[in-house]
Amino acid sequence: MTDVLVNSIAVLAGLGFAVGAMLVAASRIFKIDSNPLIDEVAELLPGANCGGCGYAGCAACAEAIVESGAPINSCPVGGFDTAKEIGALMGQEVTESEPEYPFVRCNGGKSCVTLFDYEGVDGCKAALMLCDSRKGCSYGCLGLGTCVRACQFDALSMGEDGFPHVNKNLCTSCGNCIAACPNEILTFAKDSEKVHVLCRSHDKGKQVKAVCENGCIGCKKCEKECPEGAIKVTNFLAEIDQEKCTGCGACAAVCPQGIIEVR
Amino acid sequence: MVEKALFTILLEGVFVKNFLLIQFLGLCSFVGVTKDVKSASGMSGAVVFVMALAATVSFVLFNYVLVPLKLEFLRTIAFIVVIAALVQLVEFIVRKHVPALYRSLGIYLPLITTNCAVLGAVLLNVMNDYNFIQSVTFGVAAGLGYTVAMLMMAGIRERSNIVNVPKAVGRGVTYALFVATIMSMSFVNFFGVIPLD
Repeated sequence: MTDVLVNSIAVLAGLGFAVGAMLVAASRIFKIDSNPLIDEVAELLPGANCGGCGYAGCAACAEAIVESGAPINSCPVGGFDTAKEIGALMGQEVTESEPEYPFVRCNGGKSCVTLFDYEGVDGCKAALMLCDSRKGCSYGCLGLGTCVRACQFDALSMGEDGFPHVNKNLCTSCGNCIAACPNEILTFAKDSEKVHVLCRSHDKGKQVKAVCENGCIGCKKCEKECPEGAIKVTNFLAEIDQEKCTGCGACAAVCPQGIIEVR
Repeated sequence: MVEKALFTILLEGVFVKNFLLIQFLGLCSFVGVTKDVKSASGMSGAVVFVMALAATVSFVLFNYVLVPLKLEFLRTIAFIVVIAALVQLVEFIVRKHVPALYRSLGIYLPLITTNCAVLGAVLLNVMNDYNFIQSVTFGVAAGLGYTVAMLMMAGIRERSNIVNVPKAVGRGVTYALFVATIMSMSFVNFFGVIPLD
């Protein structure tokens, strides 16, 4: 009995040791001479590995900045300060760009008809896989909080009204919540963009009215009212051209559904 | 006689005992990495390579270390160690010599470590008492069978992305499992080619 015990431990330890030694040797043999600048840039990055830059992690982002000419301000978490430090290291000037925050493009919430009680895996993606939507509107926010869980910086919270709320002080604009939302409710919006349409339903007006009190019915009143011609209704949904919009609020005043928000 | 037996093992591994569609091993990659043909073929290539290597190394380990010491019961944990180390080694080599392939495979390469199909192939070698050449052949055949199923699935999913799939069938993973079921049922027909033991 003791023999078996001793032998097993010896074999597994030996195997582990042999494999470990082989891997150490292999890592020496196949070592890649990387640019020391990459490590220095990686030092400056926040190290959150959130993926907000579009790369696998901070190390990959640093490599892209140094080797393949990715923009100096690739890291949305580090913001302007980090970009400036990296710029000093790389010998490049950086200009500050206006920060963008996630923005919820749905106003349905409690006013949108709920078709059934969902008791499956907690999360919007799981609910969407099960069926098209648990809400009457297949475009709207499901309110199960997938975006809240995707946020690594505690900047999102689920409000009483069944919507995610963004805390701009904590938000780093990494875009994880936007990527996590299976229904594309969230989008980036700049602070200078004053007017927003709080709906993304492309359903016909009659259908929208049947399921949601706060949905865009595509009546085109806002399109006619806008003095700048910045609003266009396509596929029964008003969309605002932020370049042309002056924030006068004329559209919000005539909207019968009250879904155009002026901040 | 030897050649014929090897050919039988090859046919068995690819069709009759297809790892994904008959034995239901390694299904996570079957659903996860079959969204397009490119990543599916990259993953398949890596799996064929690792399966062949794992079959070779584990045969030596089992027959020349574990059997003489009467430690056959340790095979599962020992094989897992071997497979994990092999995947790591492959990752080193690929990163050094084929950086383009390394980038395109991304996380799929380390994912092979936890691919139960590789462990399944190695354990089946032991259960079937294959000799060295048969073991390696079965390892390669299992990898090829994996490739066949992966490429078929990726092809179907790529095409079904651009057509209207009935709502009742679903989309995403639901749809993939639906397709996998039908493919699995069709692969059952290979049972007649070589009788299962």
